Amino acid sequence: MSVLPYLVAVWIFLVGAHGLATSRNLIHAVGCLAVCQSGTYVLLLAVGYREGATAPVYADLEPGSRPVVDPVVQALALTDVVVGATVTALLLALVMQIAKRHGTVDPDELSELRG
Amino acid sequence: MKHLLPLVVAVPLLGAALLVAGGRRLPRVVAETVGCAVAAGTAALALLLLANSSPPMVEWVGGWTPENGRSVGIVLVGDGPGLGLAALASLLTVAALAYSWHYFDEPPRRHTGSFPALVLLFQAGMCGFAVAGDLFNAFVFFELMSVVAYALTGHRVEEAKAVQGALTFGVVTSLGAYAMLMGIALLYARTGELAMAHIGRGLDRHGGPDALVLAAFVLVLTGLLVKAAAVPFHFWLPDAHAVAPTPVCMLLSGVMVELGAYGVWRVHDSVFSGPGGVPEADLERVLVVLGSLTAVIGAVMCWYQRHVKRLLAYSTVAHTGLFLVGIGILTPQADDGIALYVLGHAGVKAALFACTGILLDRYGTVDEHALYGRARELRGVAVLFLVGALALGGLPPFGTALGKAVTEEAVGGPLTVLYVAVSAITAGAVLRVAARVFLGLGPQPGETPSPAYETTGAGEEPETRHRLGRVPGTMTAVPALLLAGALAVGVTPGFAAGVSRAVNEAGSGGAVTPAHWTPPGVLLGLVSTALAAGLATLAVTRPALLAEPGWAAPLRRLQSGHIGDYVAWTLLGTVLLGVLALPGVLGA
Repeated sequence: MSVLPYLVAVWIFLVGAHGLATSRNLIHAVGCLAVCQSGTYVLLLAVGYREGATAPVYADLEPGSRPVVDPVVQALALTDVVVGATVTALLLALVMQIAKRHGTVDPDELSELRG
Repeated sequence: MKHLLPLVVAVPLLGAALLVAGGRRLPRVVAETVGCAVAAGTAALALLLLANSSPPMVEWVGGWTPENGRSVGIVLVGDGPGLGLAALASLLTVAALAYSWHYFDEPPRRHTGSFPALVLLFQAGMCGFAVAGDLFNAFVFFELMSVVAYALTGHRVEEAKAVQGALTFGVVTSLGAYAMLMGIALLYARTGELAMAHIGRGLDRHGGPDALVLAAFVLVLTGLLVKAAAVPFHFWLPDAHAVAPTPVCMLLSGVMVELGAYGVWRVHDSVFSGPGGVPEADLERVLVVLGSLTAVIGAVMCWYQRHVKRLLAYSTVAHTGLFLVGIGILTPQADDGIALYVLGHAGVKAALFACTGILLDRYGTVDEHALYGRARELRGVAVLFLVGALALGGLPPFGTALGKAVTEEAVGGPLTVLYVAVSAITAGAVLRVAARVFLGLGPQPGETPSPAYETTGAGEEPETRHRLGRVPGTMTAVPALLLAGALAVGVTPGFAAGVSRAVNEAGSGGAVTPAHWTPPGVLLGLVSTALAAGLATLAVTRPALLAEPGWAAPLRRLQSGHIGDYVAWTLLGTVLLGVLALPGVLGA
């Protein structure tokens, strides 16, 4: 079992977080958040991976004839994708509204809420 | 009975779907009535289940029961704390919907159902999170309630501040949720289970804690503490609470933030409390250190606010810190105290927000200085606000005082001082607002040049169609009922004992000593209330004496309103969690 996918997952999460922390554009920031979430997809799929196994679809497969990868994490990853789509859509809508009301999407120029 | 458990989530979801589907044709009054009826029905169902929650119910949805000890199904757990919080969330939802009765601007034509539908979705997310028995569904409901909360915070999309606060809230909380999901994936990798109790047993079978358990613990706790607004994850909360519509603030401060603390308790209790989990000393260190820090910073920032909603938001931060300390002490008695404290605090804080909403809609500002003496005419609201402030400080016999007293006895020593001081400072700040705004006491605060890092609360748009001439009956009845509820938590005979029994039955067991009033507890409650009154008097009569000292300015600058800063703080907080939890895992 390779450790590489786990390192990749962590790297994706951290690089997304770094992008978020240093972002100069809110659309870019929302994209970075989606990158962070991609790290969770990679981690989930890595957890379910089995060496030499096939997809857990029994339509053309005799149960027990071959090892299959863990279908639970795939269900989790799918749910995660749905959650991510909702969050990204809503946040992008909010960014559009910020662009209309503040006339900017640079987080450095939003200064009404502080202290 | 246990088969009814999924309905606590399904009923509000169905109600929301109905409102969205039919909202285009329904007149406003019908849409709002349907919303209230569905929320109230869910509350009744949660209370019915709560009455039958001994012994705790476990429902495998769809009949996917475990085979040979291995499970793949979705499990809901209906015990005292879970169903109690579901009932609390539902009752507050009813209160928020009743408060917003004909309250908002006329909704855009053909969208009459959207606000009640969103509130019902929020209710479903909160109830689902409270009764979730497996970690992945806890994550899904966590995200459902968060996403709806972002939408509700930014509900007034025409307002610049509202959309900014909602985006900050959204980015920080979602990042925390993804960290939590990574932790859940690690736990699944180790144990092959998602149900919390099964994960706990799986970890114990594997032996002592190692790096993977520590990483999973830190990641899961990051998500929950972001929701609970613990320092340094708390920055989103004042920004979101200051801009959300008032009925939404009642829900956010009253119960959503507390659900984060509940999640910490639940996850520790079911997953990490065994020999394969995280040693108790570690959890205690993490929660007591972060909780104390949260309480102190929340209280200090609360005192130096003039934006009344932000002031109340920081007081929520401070009180959540107290809740985390109480949970971190890990004694059954402290758990009982915190349960009572959360119930009392929900009523009091929601009532205070409701009163602030009346000020906003009548005067178009929530700036303490601009409102000086203007609300003298609102006698009834003044009484409610004053009573709420005193109850926040722990005036017996309110539920807040009982919860605080029971927890103080459990924590003992210097932490008792923390409880008294923090509740006195936050209540003192609220009393100061009451004295200036409703009574016009003291000299009028001059137009001092405001620090660069301050949100004053001037120029806020009222949430109603017109500025309120006469305060509608619902808007004063709701805070009055909420305060009555907080009072009932403290005085109803047998209530505290029932809460203790339910909490201890759901927890790790141990001796049941029913929570009750004690003379030292009453005395400490009176002391903190008196201190609060003293602080408020001093602040009103001699403003210069308690003016902002130089050392508070850096603290203010941390709250920069910048998403990037808040994300950096969240990552730093995750590292801090790891450092605090490390020693015990190394020693194990």
